Amino acid sequence: MSGIALTLGPVFFHWSPDLLSDFYRRIADEAPIDRVHVGEVVCGKRMPFSDPAWPEIIERLERAGKEVVLSTLAAPATVRERKSIEDLCADERLIEINDVTALTSRSGKPFVTGPFLNVYNEASAQFLIQRGARTICPPVELSLAAIGEMARACPEAEFEMFAFGRLPLALSGRCYHARIHGLHKDSCQFTCERDPDGLAVDTLDDQQFLAINGVQTLSNQLQAFCPEPADLTSRGVQRIRLSPHTCDMVEVAKTYRALVDRKEDSDGARFILSCLDLPGTLVDGYVYAKPGWQAKASI
Amino acid sequence: MTSGRMELVCPAGTPATLRAAVQAGADAVYCGFRDETNARNFPGLNFSGEELAEGVRFAHGHGSKVLVAINTFARVNNVDLWKKAADTAAECGANAIIAADIAVLDHVAKNHKQVRLHLSVQAAAATPEAIGFYVHSFGVRRVVLPRVLSVQEIAALNRAIAVETEAFVFGGLCVMIEGRCYLSSYATGKSPNLNGVCSPPEMVSYDDESNGTAARLSGFTIDRYEPGEPVGYPTLCKGKFKAGGKTSYLFEDPVSLNAGGMIAGLKAAGVTALKIEGRQRGKGYVTEVVRAFRKAIDAVEQGGDASEIDRILARQSEGARQTTGAYKKKWR
Repeated sequence: MSGIALTLGPVFFHWSPDLLSDFYRRIADEAPIDRVHVGEVVCGKRMPFSDPAWPEIIERLERAGKEVVLSTLAAPATVRERKSIEDLCADERLIEINDVTALTSRSGKPFVTGPFLNVYNEASAQFLIQRGARTICPPVELSLAAIGEMARACPEAEFEMFAFGRLPLALSGRCYHARIHGLHKDSCQFTCERDPDGLAVDTLDDQQFLAINGVQTLSNQLQAFCPEPADLTSRGVQRIRLSPHTCDMVEVAKTYRALVDRKEDSDGARFILSCLDLPGTLVDGYVYAKPGWQAKASI
Repeated sequence: MTSGRMELVCPAGTPATLRAAVQAGADAVYCGFRDETNARNFPGLNFSGEELAEGVRFAHGHGSKVLVAINTFARVNNVDLWKKAADTAAECGANAIIAADIAVLDHVAKNHKQVRLHLSVQAAAATPEAIGFYVHSFGVRRVVLPRVLSVQEIAALNRAIAVETEAFVFGGLCVMIEGRCYLSSYATGKSPNLNGVCSPPEMVSYDDESNGTAARLSGFTIDRYEPGEPVGYPTLCKGKFKAGGKTSYLFEDPVSLNAGGMIAGLKAAGVTALKIEGRQRGKGYVTEVVRAFRKAIDAVEQGGDASEIDRILARQSEGARQTTGAYKKKWR
């Protein structure tokens, strides 16, 4: 056993309350995941839909022995969105901070810094650790070497790598789902719900490139970082994060569990993942300080 | 926050443009060092320590301020390079350091209390709570606002905070929240946060093909032009893409920001300083734009009407495609 823990990140997409409930019921019952993040991270306008579903989902996950983390919005703007962050900061559970907005309310109490928060070096990490950061999941563009250097300099916190899923690349004030349907953000009609893994954005030469999810832009390709566990532990990385998609996430979790428990090797794990019904091909360039879209095999 | 006279903050990519901006009427110029500590790390641009010291002497001699941008995120195991940049800026007599990284802000707050700290747009602080964190932790005196806020949102924000705000009025328009956009590193391996560059020129190619000229970034086709059509630079978020069965400028048209017509609105919203983007621009451009905005701001301060401001800024609006960006809510 490597002692590497598995985290399921928050769902980035606009899933209906029924879909969310079904998804997390399966995660609770079947997925070998240690920690599960819940909550809306991308768009505050979606919160009235999902908010009523969370209490039951959280209870179900906790009864199944999962540690639940409450994720907060990455780009809060309205009074209601800011209030939601303040409310979450008061919770006894661990919370994930995705915008500096939450730092003042949460300071002194434990938190996770999510990949939307800019923690690029050991000095910034230490500043946040002194204020309660317990787990640090750095921005996705940082390499394993850089995260390892940070982890070594900050033994007081756990470091987490974004290992699976479409990479969250950008946030805007503008909603691209609304724009492509000829609507404005304020009257978006929640068209993002039609694309539960995001909407593919190809180049003029039909190269697969990006995906949109409301105000968020993601990679078209899916990160599939399949490390040798010894390589992670020697660098001080203790967690890997899997980002939810509509593919069989229980199978994804089992694959990573087998990988970190050394029952499956890196190539084998990548092959199993590639056989799933995924919205894009597998990449891992960022991990090796290459452009994010590149895959290890082509490097 | 303030009802005083608005400050005009202008770009200085080189010592020559610094002098040009000051002479054209800039209240303050902003510049950076010739390395990855600033977000415009292009070849042939930026300042050495000696050039900055000389630039500060020149600007102060003409009643202008110098703000030094050290606004990329410090690299792991090399934070000292960023700290040293801040030390040099302070030694040169910079009026303010513009920073985004917590490590850099913390260093300046602890070691250079006489230097004002401005929070870079790269920090993407857009709520009273986020701004409050930077004010209480590091004594930040001014916040450069993300280019995704409407004027109404800026007004509400200014009512809720006790520090100055600075808003972009002219030049490049980032449509993504700055400091949190990894599109460039995804395609090219080089990013604003880590390398101070977006869509870097060395990754650009223009290929003449049977169906027109393809503008590519790192091999990804960002736009395509008919023969004879003016060819644009393939900035990622201003590219043409296919999505949902449509081909469009999905994120933003290839436009730049011109909020010259909104100076009065931004003043009413409580903005302290107006910023012109373009440290990569030449002396002639900087002189022309700074002069026009100097006149326009002075006219607004003296109660001039909209048509007068439009007349002053008319030259900036000719030909190029421009937008008021997020300042008008319908942009979203």
